[in-house]
Amino acid sequence: MHLPVTLSVNGRKHPIMVEPRRTLLDALRHDLGLTGTKKVCDQGNCGACTVVVDGRAMYSCLLLAIDCGDRQITSIEGLADGNALDPLQDAFIQHDAFQCGYCTSGQLMSLHALLETKSNPSDDDILRAVTGNICRCGAYQNILAAGRQAADELAQASVQSE
Amino acid sequence: MPAFRVAKKEEGEEGGEFQLIEEEGIPPWHRDEPLSIVGQAYPRLEGREKVTGGARYASDVRLPGQLYARVLRSPHPHARIRRLDLSCAEAAPGVHAVLSRQNAPEMEWYEDGQLFASTLRFVGDEVAVVAAESEELAADALRLIDVEYEPLPFATTIDAALAPDAPKIHDDGNIAGEPKTYERGDPEAGLRQADVVIEATYETQCALHNALEAHGCTASWEGDSLALWASTQSVFAVREEVAEKLRLPVHRVRVIKQHMGGGFGAKQISWKQDVFASLLSKEAGRPVQLMLDREAENLAAGNRNPTRQRLQLGARRDGTLTAIVVQIEQAVGAHRTGGEASNVSGMYQTLYRCPNVRTEQTAVYTNTGPAVAFRAPGHVEAAFALEQAMDDLARKLEIDPVELRRRNYSDRDQLEDKPFTLPEGLQLSYDRVTEAFGWDARAKPPAAGSKRRGFGFAAHDWSAGTGHPPGYAWINLNADGSAQVITGTQDIGTGTRTGLAQIAAEELGLPLDRISLLLGDTAVGPYSPVSSGSATQATIGPAIRAAGADLKKQLLEVASALLEVSAMRLSVEEGRILVDGDAARSVAVTEITSKIAPSMLQGRGARGPNPEDKIVRTFGAQCAEIEVDVETGEVTVLRVVTSHDCGRIVNPKLVES
Repeated sequence: MHLPVTLSVNGRKHPIMVEPRRTLLDALRHDLGLTGTKKVCDQGNCGACTVVVDGRAMYSCLLLAIDCGDRQITSIEGLADGNALDPLQDAFIQHDAFQCGYCTSGQLMSLHALLETKSNPSDDDILRAVTGNICRCGAYQNILAAGRQAADELAQASVQSE
Repeated sequence: MPAFRVAKKEEGEEGGEFQLIEEEGIPPWHRDEPLSIVGQAYPRLEGREKVTGGARYASDVRLPGQLYARVLRSPHPHARIRRLDLSCAEAAPGVHAVLSRQNAPEMEWYEDGQLFASTLRFVGDEVAVVAAESEELAADALRLIDVEYEPLPFATTIDAALAPDAPKIHDDGNIAGEPKTYERGDPEAGLRQADVVIEATYETQCALHNALEAHGCTASWEGDSLALWASTQSVFAVREEVAEKLRLPVHRVRVIKQHMGGGFGAKQISWKQDVFASLLSKEAGRPVQLMLDREAENLAAGNRNPTRQRLQLGARRDGTLTAIVVQIEQAVGAHRTGGEASNVSGMYQTLYRCPNVRTEQTAVYTNTGPAVAFRAPGHVEAAFALEQAMDDLARKLEIDPVELRRRNYSDRDQLEDKPFTLPEGLQLSYDRVTEAFGWDARAKPPAAGSKRRGFGFAAHDWSAGTGHPPGYAWINLNADGSAQVITGTQDIGTGTRTGLAQIAAEELGLPLDRISLLLGDTAVGPYSPVSSGSATQATIGPAIRAAGADLKKQLLEVASALLEVSAMRLSVEEGRILVDGDAARSVAVTEITSKIAPSMLQGRGARGPNPEDKIVRTFGAQCAEIEVDVETGEVTVLRVVTSHDCGRIVNPKLVES
């Protein structure tokens, strides 16, 4: 049995038919073709599938697609503004905050949710934001440094714009 | 292509008996060679794809009509299949193909196994595979497969497998192959000469790779030709294995891998799923993607072998080692994959100078998933045991642990009696790590409550730098002055693309942004070996340099004709052809390439064998400070400082990661 649902992802509406058991993760990857969000553990342990739902970082493997009809979802594909990378993405490249890159989408979306809600996060806030994201290559130090840099840049930009 | 000669290989090397060696190899860059691009901390060239979700991994391949496969696995560590009924699964909604031992072609696997065996030897052993229109429907179909198992007695540990009444895991018992023994000198005499003997038994546990991207692939046929997008450390290994198993000529199998979410050794061989996906795709007439789920990834996709090491170290009062004797048992799981490569014995034979050494390494079958190489296979296990024993010895002799190691320094390989490429490499690691850590000034704080501090030291060696020759690269120079490096190697996430592009740019005298790499595709690039053993850059880097040198030579010949200047007076720097002593006549590379377009220049290069008079080896050493709560057993690692012999650092940013 398939049911209709309209997913709002990265500012675009996607009417799809899904089985009630289909996770948001599988809907993104298979129904919407947004494969930047990765499936790793599929049981809420690793954070690779993290997307931002209504402003909060959430594991898309623990959400059912049909429950997400009235929610605003941002996936990794929606982080950059066209060709202009988000400061977080730039910082990840500069700090080499990844090797294989398979956890990167999740790390970025966890930090993105933090920076959207908190303008001047502490180091501890940054650490907590990615505490649910496993990196098997061991890029943790660089991920934290990249998060720090992006947070500082955004804080600076908001001071300047005031 | 440079001229080559045919030479006989040393015994025991892989492949055929002979090898081709290019006559005019280029010498390695000298230590003090001024380089402008190699050695710079460029960010990864594929960074943008990886931070935007645009990098395509095997799991991201989407082809028209693509199906998804799941594997039914044994719930028993040892069992016989009594009855297998697939009819309900075959009739299930969305199912396009089901394979098991009832309908799959007979295919030998492992040493004495089958693609689908009637006797299952570990939890996770493959019983059947289903391809359906979604992963969910494939999982539904698996639940409809009716299997009657006859559970058999099992042994999942080294002890259980070696017990006198142990169940037989294979017909000829639980010892996998002949034990590997090595001996030099007279170990018994060495032990007798010792003033102090350390006797200890160490056990190391099984460890799971758990690369974030599971093993898996997508298979698609066009007529009799198969394309496989595989998550692998070796596109060529998968091509050879799948072609052999499916009885296809290798030119009908194309293996592609652009990005990979980690492998750590477990993806250095081709596993059953490559063949499962290929067979299912053939049967269904549609592309099939088979990515393992996390449970399967933990059960049936390789692990670091557990070991037990019983060792004796003999030493004189001044610390001089007189004997190293070790008996090693390693659990290889239910099958030897051929990719386990866990040479636990190696470091006992090479790390310290000792005239009397015996190692005995026995592989033991257990009813567990097969072992496979895992980041410095064997060396991690051996270092854990040998280096603790060395610290024990230091304590017993009241010699500083680092000083003890210095007194047993070996600057040459004692197996082949040849010097190491950097004989002082380990010495330098000792010097730098102890200085950075402040080893000599270390002091234990007085015991506070239940907390105690301790310091540890360990050294290691590793075969990094040896590469896996041969390996090949071509470079095409385009009319617009951009260059395409074409090689069959793969970037397994380590930054290969970036490092290799830097080497090409350096050799060609072109800016880095004029270089692109085509890799990870057996239909595009020439043969390159598996990316394992820290070997990729050490294999393909020199091949690319050789191709670059070949291309540059051709370019300068053309420039010489067009500029009417002897090629001897020409060089390439930053995209310009310079005329020695006549700066005004220098021209952009594009002026030459566009004048001859569409005629094109292609350089070719190969990585030759390692030097015969030296042994390539790298070294490292680590200092650690830890705190132990003697009441709760909680261990806190306070500080680890490590110093590695990295050879020439092509990109410091990648090394620091």
